[in-house]
This record gives sequence, structure tokens and C-alpha cells, in this order.
Amino acid sequence: MMIASCCRRALLGVSLGVLATLSALPASADQITFVSQGGAYQKAQTVAILDPSAKKLGITINQDSIPDAWPAVKSQVASGKPTWDVVDMPTGNCLRGGEQGLVEKLDFAKLPNAATMPEAYRSAYSVTYEFYSSVLAFSRKKFPDAAPSSWADFWDVKKFPGRRALRNHPFATLEAALMADGVAPDKLYPLDVDRAFRKLEEIKPSITVWWTSGAQSAQLLNDGEVDMVMAWNGRVSALMGEGAKVGFTFNQGILQSTSLCILKGAPNLATAVRFVNEAVDPVHQANLPLHIDYGPANPKAFDTGVIKPERVAQLPSAPDNASKQALMSYAWWSSPAGEAAEKRWVSFMQK
Amino acid sequence: MLALALPALLVILLLVVLPVGWLAWQSVYHDGFTLANYRRIWSEDIYWRSFALTFEIAVLVTLLALLLGYPIAYAASVAPKRWAIVILALVVLPFWTSVLVRAYAWLALLQRTGVINQVLRQIGVIDEPLALVHNTFGTVVATLHILLPFMVLPLYATMQQIPRDLMQAGASLGAGPTLTFWRIFLPLSLPGVLAGSTLVFVLTLGFYITPELLGGGRTIMISMLVSRNVELYDQWGAASAVGVVLLVAVGLIFFAVSRFIPLDRVLGQK
Repeated sequence: MMIASCCRRALLGVSLGVLATLSALPASADQITFVSQGGAYQKAQTVAILDPSAKKLGITINQDSIPDAWPAVKSQVASGKPTWDVVDMPTGNCLRGGEQGLVEKLDFAKLPNAATMPEAYRSAYSVTYEFYSSVLAFSRKKFPDAAPSSWADFWDVKKFPGRRALRNHPFATLEAALMADGVAPDKLYPLDVDRAFRKLEEIKPSITVWWTSGAQSAQLLNDGEVDMVMAWNGRVSALMGEGAKVGFTFNQGILQSTSLCILKGAPNLATAVRFVNEAVDPVHQANLPLHIDYGPANPKAFDTGVIKPERVAQLPSAPDNASKQALMSYAWWSSPAGEAAEKRWVSFMQK
Repeated sequence: MLALALPALLVILLLVVLPVGWLAWQSVYHDGFTLANYRRIWSEDIYWRSFALTFEIAVLVTLLALLLGYPIAYAASVAPKRWAIVILALVVLPFWTSVLVRAYAWLALLQRTGVINQVLRQIGVIDEPLALVHNTFGTVVATLHILLPFMVLPLYATMQQIPRDLMQAGASLGAGPTLTFWRIFLPLSLPGVLAGSTLVFVLTLGFYITPELLGGGRTIMISMLVSRNVELYDQWGAASAVGVVLLVAVGLIFFAVSRFIPLDRVLGQK
């Protein structure tokens, strides 16, 4: 907690002195500082991945958590003395970090576990850590029989009358619009941004709420405020677990991920590399979905036998589910075209 | 006296002047002097639309707060002491609940399956639920609720100091209650009106959580563009430039207002 509070304050540029004192301490070779987003998600990782990795490698893993690590990563690296080693953040941020020299380039010869993962699951700067999916979820009260099962259905207000919600963000929403317009899930990139916004204009009058937080998307569906919504699979399955009359389909879901990357000039670089390799070990990875509704990033996790078949069917990255979905291209979203599309969003929302 | 004020001045310097100054500096300096952040605000429509909407909401909330707050403050100022305390306690009570909790409470009241729509449907006033939230209406209602005490308290403080003999003098000269109110009480309460309105207006300009949660994504107030710019442009300057423009705009408005209303005379009257 000492470290956690120190880095947040340092981020605000208030107590740089504390930071200086801490980073002046001799860095021990057998420890790292790992940062994730906190909450139930970080607790699940601690049990499934962090504690077992620390034990196996004989290292100490200090943890910190922050909802959005990106600004802190920037200011830490800019200070020249980062205190964090490994960060778990949205894959796009790892890629941007790589481009801007904030993240170490990875040597996959030292990362045998990562080297066997599919190419699309890694970059020169990052290794995918876990998967979640933006899926089409619906009320079973409103649709007891024929439920919407594709983005074309979501856009079809005659066949499926009802109130709708989408995320107030272009990520996954533009992809869904293009799939509704007939683009195949594996032919999305580079996104035809004009076409996607045109298609979104079409559904806009029927969108009751543009949600901003995951909790909000679940609340809207649970309270009957909307009848169908694009939401993260974990939020919907949590509602289903509580007995809510809701459902979702992985069909045309947009598979998203967070990745591990190492800060440029990390104080414990060598140990950090060892940890990143260990974190995507098939067995640790297979343990993650036993504690939270996220899918393992290493497909070999599904060969370990750790995850029971009925659980496999619920996971976004399980081979059968992954094949129905679109894999988000973070490389495209962090390209100039992707950034331009992101900037266009507010203008679309205001009109 | 100055020596006693020194610690407070130091705190203000450290916690307000320096950070704000630093942010303002960032808006024009990023790897060299640049006006790119201001050029963007000038050239992109989204900023104008958000500024317009924000000021629109701020004016609306201020007027409604005045309309609702004036009678409450008046009632508290003329009521016996015991009742005045009860009225003021009721006004201040919501302060003890966080803004976030209150936003969710409004959601529970206003949404389609919320309390208000359910009741209205049951007593047959409406067939289809009204769209009370996820729009500007819901944002204004919740903002008004949060800011009402900021209107009532300055009004009450001013009204309490109005000498009652003035009204009696007016009455003894033959003026009815309506005339004494309009000619004597109302003008003397104007400093409170001005102070309360200023507080509510300025605070509304910076509202973030309420429009974010109750605006349905369409009510994009200026503070939301500030946070969006931090995400989108990766530098504080892109965000703080929006804040600087807001600050200057508010300053200009007050300057303009002060040309028409003698602020110092109204506020500092002896």
C-alpha cells in the first residue's frame, strides 16, 4: 500500500520526493512490481497466476493497482526512474507505449511460453494476458423465444422491437456496425470508418442509452431499462449467475484483451522478463477462468484439462467461441486512422 | 493580521495557484511553445457545442434553483426559530450523501421502470413510460437537487439580516404585503440572490459525474471533454486548454455582468 499511494501521488506530481526516496532503495534482483486494474480481477489473478508464479520462480511480486495505468506509465518513464516493472493494461496502450519508447522490446527467445502463442496474440512489445468479449446481450423476458443473435438482428428494429444500448466509445461499436452491414468478422480491418458511422446513424434513434461503465451496462439490462445491449461477457454472465432473465451470444462478439508489457528502464528487467513468460504458462492461464469470467490468453490452457468442458463453453477465448468472433486489431486502433476514428466519436454523439 | 493570514495564503498558493498555473502553462508549452491546443478548440465544432450546452444547463439550473430556493429561504427567514432550523436541516441533509449515490438514487426514481413512471402508470396518467433520464432533463433535475443548498443558504443569510421594522414602516405608510415585498424585501435580498446564483452557476459549469451517469451519453458537458482529451491526446495541455477557455469565458461573463449590475454596491452594501 505504501508503494500504491506513493505512485498515485507521484502521478499528480505532488510528492516527487517520496518517489525519489523509494527508487533510491537498492533494487533486489528477485522482486518485481506488477500493476493491474485492481478489484475482483486483480484478486483472481493473484490466486491463479501471481502467487503460483512467485512461488515457482522464487521471486517476490509486489502489487499495485490503478484503473488507468497509461498516464502513470508515461510519467514514470519520463521521470527516468520508473518504479513499476510489469503492467497489465489494454493491449492498445502497450502498442502505443512501444511506439513512443515507453515499453521495452521483448526478446521472444527468452519467452518460450509466449513464443508458442498465435502471432495475433502478441506484438514486439507485448504478450496478451487475458481475453474478454463485447457481446450482444438481451433480455429473456422481452425475447423468450427468438432472441437477437447477430449485429444485423440488433440493427433490425422491425423484427426485434425494443430499447437498445451501446457503449459510448468507438471500440467494438464500429466493428459491430460493420458486421451489421454485412462485413465478415475476419475482414473488418482496416475498418471502413465512414461506412461504420453511416450504419451507426441508422440505429442511433433507437439507442436509449450510450453507456460509459461496465456496471452501467449490466444495470440497464437487469432493470429492464433496455432490452438488448452490447456488453462485456463477464458483466452479463455475472447477471445470469444471479438469476437474472438475460442471455448473450458469442456470435459476432468482438474479442478484446489486455496485455503484459515491461516499462522502459524497469528496475528489475531480467526478473520481469522471467515473470512475463511464467504469467502466460498454460497451467496458470488455465487457472484464471476458475476465478473470474475472463478467458486465458494462451490457447494451450485449454489442453491442460484444468478447465472443465462446461466452463470452456462459457469462455470468450475458447476455440469454439473464438472462431465465431472478431479479434480486435489493436494495431489498427493505435494507427493514425484508428486515432482519427476515436476523435470522431464525440462529434457523432453530439449530432 | 497579515501574519495570521500567511499560512492560508501559502496553502492557496501551493494547492491552487501553482497547480492551476502549471496546467495553464502545459496548455501552451509541449516540446516548445504551441497554440495547437487552442487552435483545436477554435476549429472543432464539438467544443462549441459542449460549451453552449454547458452554459445552457448552467443558466437553466440557476433559474430553477432560484425559483425553488427563494420561497424556501423566505419561509426559513420568517418562520419561528424552531421551524427555521427544521427547514434548513432538510435543505442541508442531502449534503451528507455522496453525489454518486444521489445520481443512482435519481436513476432509481426516474428510469423507465423507476418509481415515478411506475406510479404514473398505475394511476393511469400515462400509458408509456416517460423518458425522464438518460437525457438533459435527468441531468438538470439531479444537478438542481445537488446545488439547491448553495442557493438557499446565501439567500437565507441575507434575508435574515433584513430588518423587519422596514416592512412594518412600509405597512404603516399604507403599503400592502405584496408591495412591501416587491419594493422593500426583494431589493434588499438581491445580494443573496446574486451570491447564490453565482455559486450555483459556476458549480454547474464543472459538473461531471451527474451528466456522465444521467445524461445517457448525449449530454456532453465541457468537463467530459476535459477528461476525454486526457485520454485522446495523451497530454495534460490538451485537457487544461479546455479548462483555461472555460475560466476565461466565465471571467468575461462576470466582467460583462458587472458592467450592468454594480456588483460591489450590491454585495458590499452598507
